Amino acid sequence: MTRIRFQQSLEELKEKLLVMAGLAEQAIQRAIEAYRTRDLSICDQVSQGEIAINRMEREIDQAALDLLAMEQPMAGDLRFILSVIKINGELERVGNAAKSISERVSHMERMAPAELPVNIPKMATLASEMVRKCLQAFIEADAELARSVLTMDDAVDAMNKAAFKSLIKVMEEHSHLAPQALNALMISRSLERVADHATNIAEDVIFWVEGEDVRHHKSLNIVQEQQDKGGTTTS
Amino acid sequence: MGVGIEVTTLNAWYGSNHALQDINLNIPANQATALIGPSGCGKSTFVRCLNRMHETIPVARVTGTVIIGALDIYKDITPVEIRRRVGMVFQRPNPFPTMSIYENVAAGLKLNGYSSRHVLDEIVERSLRNSALWDEVKDDLKKKSGASLSGGQQQRLCIARALAVDPEVLLMDEPASALDPVSTSKIEDLIFQLKAQYTIVIVTHNMQQAARVAEKTGFFLNGRMVEFDSTDKIFTNPSDKRTEDYITGRFG
Amino acid sequence: MGGYARSAIVNALSTGVRGQRSVKNAGEGKLKNEHKIRAKIRALSDGAATGLAVLATVLVVAPLVAIFAYLVYKGASSLNLAFFIEVPKPVGEVGGGMANAILGSAILLAVGSAIGVPVGIAGGIFLAEFGRGTKLANAVRFTADVLNGVPSIVMGIAIYSLIVVPQGHFSAFSGGVALGIMMIPTVCRTTEEMLLMVPNAVREAALALGVPNWRSVLAITVKTASPGIITGCMLAFARVAGETAPLIFTAFGNVGWNARLDEPIAALPLQIYVYALSPYDDWHRLAWAGSLVLIVLIVLAVSLVRYVTSRGVLKGAS
Repeated sequence: MTRIRFQQSLEELKEKLLVMAGLAEQAIQRAIEAYRTRDLSICDQVSQGEIAINRMEREIDQAALDLLAMEQPMAGDLRFILSVIKINGELERVGNAAKSISERVSHMERMAPAELPVNIPKMATLASEMVRKCLQAFIEADAELARSVLTMDDAVDAMNKAAFKSLIKVMEEHSHLAPQALNALMISRSLERVADHATNIAEDVIFWVEGEDVRHHKSLNIVQEQQDKGGTTTS
Repeated sequence: MGVGIEVTTLNAWYGSNHALQDINLNIPANQATALIGPSGCGKSTFVRCLNRMHETIPVARVTGTVIIGALDIYKDITPVEIRRRVGMVFQRPNPFPTMSIYENVAAGLKLNGYSSRHVLDEIVERSLRNSALWDEVKDDLKKKSGASLSGGQQQRLCIARALAVDPEVLLMDEPASALDPVSTSKIEDLIFQLKAQYTIVIVTHNMQQAARVAEKTGFFLNGRMVEFDSTDKIFTNPSDKRTEDYITGRFG
Repeated sequence: MGGYARSAIVNALSTGVRGQRSVKNAGEGKLKNEHKIRAKIRALSDGAATGLAVLATVLVVAPLVAIFAYLVYKGASSLNLAFFIEVPKPVGEVGGGMANAILGSAILLAVGSAIGVPVGIAGGIFLAEFGRGTKLANAVRFTADVLNGVPSIVMGIAIYSLIVVPQGHFSAFSGGVALGIMMIPTVCRTTEEMLLMVPNAVREAALALGVPNWRSVLAITVKTASPGIITGCMLAFARVAGETAPLIFTAFGNVGWNARLDEPIAALPLQIYVYALSPYDDWHRLAWAGSLVLIVLIVLAVSLVRYVTSRGVLKGAS
């Protein structure tokens, strides 16, 4: 087997990304835990974790750039490195979303508790399940598993839309609960973002494993349908 | 203008060595097609079957069909005639040592009977312009010998010499492998320009070069053609695992 | 293994026994000494080898120089205009020259070259370009080698039987044929060697242009090898220019003018031979002069051809 050093470099890059993935997953878990328990010390942990995530992101991008420049990767190797770079970015944003959630939680601590018509825990569970699955798909290079993540996104989107509607209504009808409602809205949106990032990671895994670019399939399909119908498209 | 090449069930032997096995291939006109593969895979043999240079070796044998621009080159035409229509540039530049630059470029024409000074002057200039050598040698055409140029210039001289007989296809057997990176870039830029007028087939073991210049790439292995597809597909997502192993360097 | 390496190993081994620093200094001094001695030995052997080479060259060139000097000493005094324009005088009379022999040699060599050079070159081209590996080529090569080994007197006798006897008379033509046949093997083999030295890449380049093989051979391969081929012809020429034995029974010699091919003709080497063996001082004198002239003419002829052909060589070409 030739190019042993290159193989090892690719393995090391994968390891680095898995560390990054671990950090991001941990951040989300902590943020959800903080929401559940209202434990402010956990919020601090999330903030600390953010530093490590940012450092790791730079490290991974640098390593990937070096491999691109020095090793002239082709085909599968090239797609792998490209996917690593993109997943790296997505994981960093997952970390950002976790931080955002934990900040909201620390604000909530100062407010009175309120019953709100939104199931944050369920959304959280779904979102973190998606993150777990897409990372599993990366570890095992499993395109099927990645595809299953894509279908989960719709549920989270729907939940977020519903939350939006009902929380707006709360803010209109019970204006004294507006701060809490707004908080809940922002947490819901962060969770929806996390689900989006997990979807993107899944798409990147499919690109790496199969060489197929499955992004934006929904909007592209809509465009295609409109074109088929003979209508114009808005660019 | 260039023409397309259709190869059907091409087999070639060196004595008892079955160097090419059942090659089927369609090379498009006015494009550059790259042939890659490890040493001894048959890509050079294949290219030499396209201008019937393979049979200059005493123990060589060929079966199958090669159709270049509607001509069956093994049935409808003599070897000498096909070589006027399918030019070749070799790995090591090989200008004629006893001839000046002018005489080198004009050699193909002179040796086939063209003698009009005026016509030759014109063709020599045009060929040297087309091979991006004119500006560097226009003052020394008849004074300097072909062998006194640098390696990169010599190779461009050989290209000019091949172009002077106005072929339709240009075969290039690892044309830049003996050259430095700057000369290589010049040759590659040249190939880009030549595509408009000729069909180019380039054998190369430098995959990055194939990626840079060719629209289509074929991967040869052990005398067979494993995969033939658009260059970006071959290098980003090849269909055959053997192709993937070769281009990622996982071979052997 | 060089002295340097040996010193380094000695150094390394002794480091373990004694202290590092003291050994290092001692080792460095030892190294320098060895270095100096080695350098001196190298310089001496260099000088010795150069000396031997010079000596060998002198040993080879000396006889040539000696002969030439002796010829000049013995023959230059007899050189006058008469030598070059008069025919030999009858025995007993003083004076005369070898003009007829000079002309005769020229004619014989012209005929010989006209036969030997084309046939030889054609043979060489066949062996190198068209018949490589065939049984016929092997036979031709073998024949050429055998022909090369035929003693020149035997050649003379053979031509005598083949041409002189049927014709009934000695002739310049038969002499020329004898010389020509002797030229063939040298020209043929040299041509073959020179053609084989043309790199295959040049042949392929010509073929790939759609040039027919025969044309490529003549216009490109032969042309590329032409300096070497011409050298081969010159070698053959210089060799037969001094041949005497084959001319004894063919050209036979002539005391008077002859420029016709069907009559006996004089030749310088033949004339020198006859005069040298004669009992007359006058003729001996002419023989010495003739020998000097023969060598000078050969050198001139070869130089002239070299000069003429080198004029056609381009700047930068090998």
